[in-house]
Amino acid sequence: MAAAAPPLLRVEDLVVRYGPVTAVGGVSLELAPGPFGLGLVGESGSGKTTIGRALVRLAPVTSGRITFEGADIATLRGAGLQAYRRAVQIVFQDHEGSLDPRMKVGTTIAESLAAHQLAPLHQAGEQVAALLAETGLDPAFAARYPHQLSGGQRQRVAIARALSVRPRLLVLDEPTSALDVRAQARVLELIGGLRAERALSYLLITHNFGIVRQLCEQTAVLYLGRVAECGPTAQLLAAPAHPYTAALRSAVPQVAAQARTQRIALAGDPPDAAHPPAGCVFHPRCPVAVPRCRTEVPALRPAAPGRLAACHRAGEVLAGLDMPRLTAPGPGMLPRGPAGT
Amino acid sequence: MIQTAASPADRATLSASVRDRLSGNPLLVIGGSVVAVIIIVAVAAPLLAPFPADAGAATHPFTVLRPPSAQHWLGTDQVGRDVLSRVLYGARVSPLIALFVLLIAGAVGIPLGIAAGYFGGWLDDLIMRITDIFLAFPALLLALALAAVLPASLTSVTIAIAATWWPWYTRLIRGQAASVAGRPFVENCRALGISRRRIIFRHILPNAITPLIVQVSLDVGGVILTASALSFLGLGAQDPTPDWGLMVSEGQSYFTTDWWVVTFPGLAILITAFAFNLLGDGLRDLLDPRRTFLR
Amino acid sequence: MSAAGTAGGPGRAAAGGGAGPRLQITGLGISFGSRPVVALDELSVGAAEIVGLAGESGSGKSMTTLAVLGLAHTVGASVTGSIRLDGQELTVLSQSQLRELRGRRIAAVFQNPAAAFSPVYRVGHVVRRALRCHGASGSEADDRAAAAMRSVLLPPDLLRRYPSQLSGGQLQRVAIALALALQAEVLLADEPTSALDVTVQAEVLELLRGLRESAGLSILFISHDLAVVAELCDRVAVMRDGAIVEQGPAARLLSTPAAEYTAELLAAVPGLEAEA
Repeated sequence: MAAAAPPLLRVEDLVVRYGPVTAVGGVSLELAPGPFGLGLVGESGSGKTTIGRALVRLAPVTSGRITFEGADIATLRGAGLQAYRRAVQIVFQDHEGSLDPRMKVGTTIAESLAAHQLAPLHQAGEQVAALLAETGLDPAFAARYPHQLSGGQRQRVAIARALSVRPRLLVLDEPTSALDVRAQARVLELIGGLRAERALSYLLITHNFGIVRQLCEQTAVLYLGRVAECGPTAQLLAAPAHPYTAALRSAVPQVAAQARTQRIALAGDPPDAAHPPAGCVFHPRCPVAVPRCRTEVPALRPAAPGRLAACHRAGEVLAGLDMPRLTAPGPGMLPRGPAGT
Repeated sequence: MIQTAASPADRATLSASVRDRLSGNPLLVIGGSVVAVIIIVAVAAPLLAPFPADAGAATHPFTVLRPPSAQHWLGTDQVGRDVLSRVLYGARVSPLIALFVLLIAGAVGIPLGIAAGYFGGWLDDLIMRITDIFLAFPALLLALALAAVLPASLTSVTIAIAATWWPWYTRLIRGQAASVAGRPFVENCRALGISRRRIIFRHILPNAITPLIVQVSLDVGGVILTASALSFLGLGAQDPTPDWGLMVSEGQSYFTTDWWVVTFPGLAILITAFAFNLLGDGLRDLLDPRRTFLR
Repeated sequence: MSAAGTAGGPGRAAAGGGAGPRLQITGLGISFGSRPVVALDELSVGAAEIVGLAGESGSGKSMTTLAVLGLAHTVGASVTGSIRLDGQELTVLSQSQLRELRGRRIAAVFQNPAAAFSPVYRVGHVVRRALRCHGASGSEADDRAAAAMRSVLLPPDLLRRYPSQLSGGQLQRVAIALALALQAEVLLADEPTSALDVTVQAEVLELLRGLRESAGLSILFISHDLAVVAELCDRVAVMRDGAIVEQGPAARLLSTPAAEYTAELLAAVPGLEAEA
């Protein structure tokens, strides 16, 4: 990925294996210093969560390197590790599980301040109040328990907690997928605001193209633990260079009838990560696979300026290669022509 | 502004919230009251007991096995001692054994369980195999064996029972700790760089301990009965110690003819066990913020 | 689309219900003790119609599903008002009559397909048992289970697997297959795709659409996601705090919402266009 400044964080050929299952099979990514957003889009089993966890050292790295400002994070110990923990924070999808149910919200935030000597545990009130206010919460929430808050509020607390140590990089692991749409919209707005105010760099893990479109200048699409394609979000969505991106994009439900495209059908189910197909991992489901795809693993290489794709036919796909689409239109499309309503 | 140090206003709301919690928690109030009464009885036994000397080795050959009367409210036992006095003094013996057994079992079982559950790996294997060895013996048999090598005394009984009791707590806590350790908030703490000590003491322990508190309160009766079984076998408290369990076992042979000898110490065990039971249920509700606020 | 047209009309369903809506809910009130959670004036689903019930968590949409299934009492709620299936009043039926009806005429699929199948039984066992409970003989149950699997585009030999050996999308399709095997007329789908991947979600939506066409299935589709509702449903009712704030044809309602709340929900859906 082309970033002008030297990257804040670099993932090089990351491999994570759990027994026979390769969750991440050689992924390279770069995050520029903030304000910057990299979207990591994929379906379940794509390894997107594992990559996020590896960044905060919660997943075992089998091989490959993650460097933060040039330093390999695997070698960090003691003070260096604590400094890294401060610089890179994670917000989980499970807003309910990521807060201790027996700890008041204020204590939860004060605890992380205290862990990094930013405030004494019992005199962190003002900073806690400021953090709650910054994330759009009533400072009085400090005295509440997590279960007394709504899902959106809990996720804000999780964000306030992550922000408390003044990180430079955030890993946002499906931060809104467990929230209602309006709560999701407000949390996304909050993230967008924080990015500018705090000059944050973040890795936004999601299955929702709409969210990366809103918050990330760069996006990487993952399939079975490998990057299928990456590049500037707007370009990637407008003209995918990988058939998987195209198929995924075409499957996103749309409110507006005119925004709907006929879905590109993928054959079969996602393969078992313990027995990945030979050649291109996507070939058994690919609508435009050619014999070469069965044997030769496509390298991730430039498909256009700033764009990388792991597909033997990336050039053709980018140029608008016709892909078989499902013909049956949705019922909502029937009464409305292009000029409808 | 939030102040973590309690200001007078905070204290007022704190006591109000304690009041709220108690009023919504009759189990805790009833259980706690009965336990308080037992403690008062234990402390004030010399003042309350009509015949303090009967708690000891006194014998009254001419008042043997008298039924309850105005003079002996709960009757007299097989050597003529006042049952009421002995039951009141008994509050100093049986509950105390239970208290020490459970304290020792908890002190050994909880740290081992937390360590096994949180750290996992070889430490988990080691601790759990040791635990399994202890659990493989029938508890009473193990206690008997231990009590046999130790001199017959209350201390021996306490140690012998505690030695058979802790593995259960280790098992219980280990499962809880392991499941808590896998929850996202613990991972979040690690990612935040929060110290291991704080994670264990402020996050794992409070979230893992609740079932144990309930179990401990349920176990009070069990420990008292186990202690009485050992006494009966001549290994624990010995006559004339006014141990409720011992009184029950010694009075057994008179049950059909002189029911009071057995019934009143038995009731004392029952009430004590039940009170701790209620207290445990109440504590569980009090300790779980979710339950309390749902009311 | 004629079915949608008749279903939109006022619901005075005659017994036997040829012309009236399949499912007709009128004046439905659900409450926990003295606390009302749902007050739903009117909602109907016509033959071969897909009606979306959209709302956020706590809006009462899932309680409405439970009430229609006659299961609201299992969570301690009491139900008033009228729920009619082909003109037959359901709220007066006994539990055993309702049990006969559930699955047989009204089926439900829920958000978490893994939780709907007991992990210790092969999925085929669950499907066959349900068929046997509703009066199919052994071999007939086998045939119908296999046929239903084919109609949800799954190979019948998946019936021999355990739930853990199937993906979320496959399990959700088995749940739908079960509804089909029992020849349900009305399917209550409570967030059936919310836990699924986008591509799998698209497949399940297509399946539901196809079943409406081929089997004339009526579907009450409950979702918080207006984009999914827009893709699938003929009509939409938007629910908030237990009441319907707005309902009407999907195309009209989602392009020109009358209620401010609907507009807010629509605005909250992250779109794919360069500038939303």
